[in-house]
Amino acid sequence: MEHKTTLRERIFVAVIMAYFYLPILYVVLFSFNESKSLTKFTGFSMQWYRRMFADRMIMEAIGYTVLCAVIATIVSTVVGTITAIGLSKSSRFLRESINQINNLPMLNPDIVTAIGFMLFFTSLRIQTGFLTMVLAHIAFCIPYVILSVMPKLRTLDPNIAEAALDLGCTPLQALWKVIIPQIRGGIVSGALVAFTMSFDDFVISLFTTGPGVSNISIYVYGAVKRVNPTINALSAIIVYVITIVLIVINVVPMIRERKEKKNEKDFENPLG
Amino acid sequence: MKGFSKMSYPYVIWALIMIVAPMLMIVLYAFSVKGNSVLTFQFTLDNFARFFRDSIFPSVLWRSLKMAFVTTGLCILIGYPTAYIFAKMKPGNQAVMILLVTLPMWINVLVRTYAWRGLLGYVNFGNELRVYVGMIYNFLPFMILEIYTSLSKIDPNLIVASHDLGANDMETFRRVILPLSLPGVVSGITLVFLPAVSSFFIPKFLGGGQYVLIGNLIEDYFITSGDWNFGSAISLIMALIILLSMFVMRKLDHENKEAAD
Repeated sequence: MEHKTTLRERIFVAVIMAYFYLPILYVVLFSFNESKSLTKFTGFSMQWYRRMFADRMIMEAIGYTVLCAVIATIVSTVVGTITAIGLSKSSRFLRESINQINNLPMLNPDIVTAIGFMLFFTSLRIQTGFLTMVLAHIAFCIPYVILSVMPKLRTLDPNIAEAALDLGCTPLQALWKVIIPQIRGGIVSGALVAFTMSFDDFVISLFTTGPGVSNISIYVYGAVKRVNPTINALSAIIVYVITIVLIVINVVPMIRERKEKKNEKDFENPLG
Repeated sequence: MKGFSKMSYPYVIWALIMIVAPMLMIVLYAFSVKGNSVLTFQFTLDNFARFFRDSIFPSVLWRSLKMAFVTTGLCILIGYPTAYIFAKMKPGNQAVMILLVTLPMWINVLVRTYAWRGLLGYVNFGNELRVYVGMIYNFLPFMILEIYTSLSKIDPNLIVASHDLGANDMETFRRVILPLSLPGVVSGITLVFLPAVSSFFIPKFLGGGQYVLIGNLIEDYFITSGDWNFGSAISLIMALIILLSMFVMRKLDHENKEAAD
């Protein structure tokens, strides 16, 4: 396609972007509002940020969210990777059966998966709380890790691992020194997916957590029933963090690429 | 090397306990008498009969399906031209636009939806329209990204060839670009329609508490009224409908691909 856009097209894109960013900017603006109002900006103040950091419930919710996401990411990445390697050497039948089972939480609406966990835990008389929430998160994250590691394993040359064994590696060494390094990309992207899925989860957490334990989503869900501008401050902080992280993730490779190109040029033309 | 296959056995057991068993629990509860436990199972179809006996439940189901259909349709209508314009931009600008579309997706869904509450306070929208604004806001990025991915994969030579062979812009779009981008539209539909049917906090946040969808019903029966048997039956009905529509979509996608080959 030719790289030309008409004025009308540019206006269309601008309207779409306004639709995406207006509510976000609005929340950030009103997080600095002096009064409680959500429609009238009366003056600048940092009080909602101060109140947010002083609010034990919010701080606890942030803590639980991060802790749960970290545990779920570590466990599901390790288990998912081990399982994927195992499945790649298993019979077709076992592989296909596990894939079908893994499809269940990925294709089912969250709320169905969530009530499944809730019924399961209460039927076993397990008191719901942080532990059940983490277990549920691990359970819905593993399929995504397997899904992102599997394609890497499929492109692997089995002879390389065989050669390692022939050259005197133990199976564990072959795994750690030969297979894992080759599928690292899949493991990393699986871990990232697991972390964001867990960090952002609302529905499954709502149904699997117990009294006194909420993550950020559950806190927001419960708190919006009344006017509560601390939510604006919390939302604004989430927006700041994500913006910074995404900019760093996207800009750092660009700078690195440019540097590498420059280095290459220097290399090609050392006098230039 | 064959020994490595043992590494998947622990997960097989885990998957049976943590994925299959919970799903079976829903089926068990949906087909059993109120207040039942696993040990004293009593079969009944009454939960399903109750759903269709009362006219309220089918009408909520219908409203949820209608809402999901309209949301998906509007996401295509808005998302397709957006993705198309992106694909026409300079590569550097394309990357910026995709980053701009992705960024809101990373913000917590509840925060994103909550953000609309203040802004919608300025306009006099009905409950239904407010819910639509929130739904499209949450799901449009998925549609744009899917369509953009399939558009950017199209070989530009095909378009040049089409023009060389005498087709004008409109014909090229209709007979070359549109058919080649359909897989993106199809996967966009699955990404929008499925969560839209079952969504329950968007209507709750923006619908003024009066706009009930099937997801709200399930939440109420599980969390507020504690009638888990009826709640399970409702979720089973919803899951079945979603499965059926997935099946139809896959079938369409398949035929599409065959036609393209």
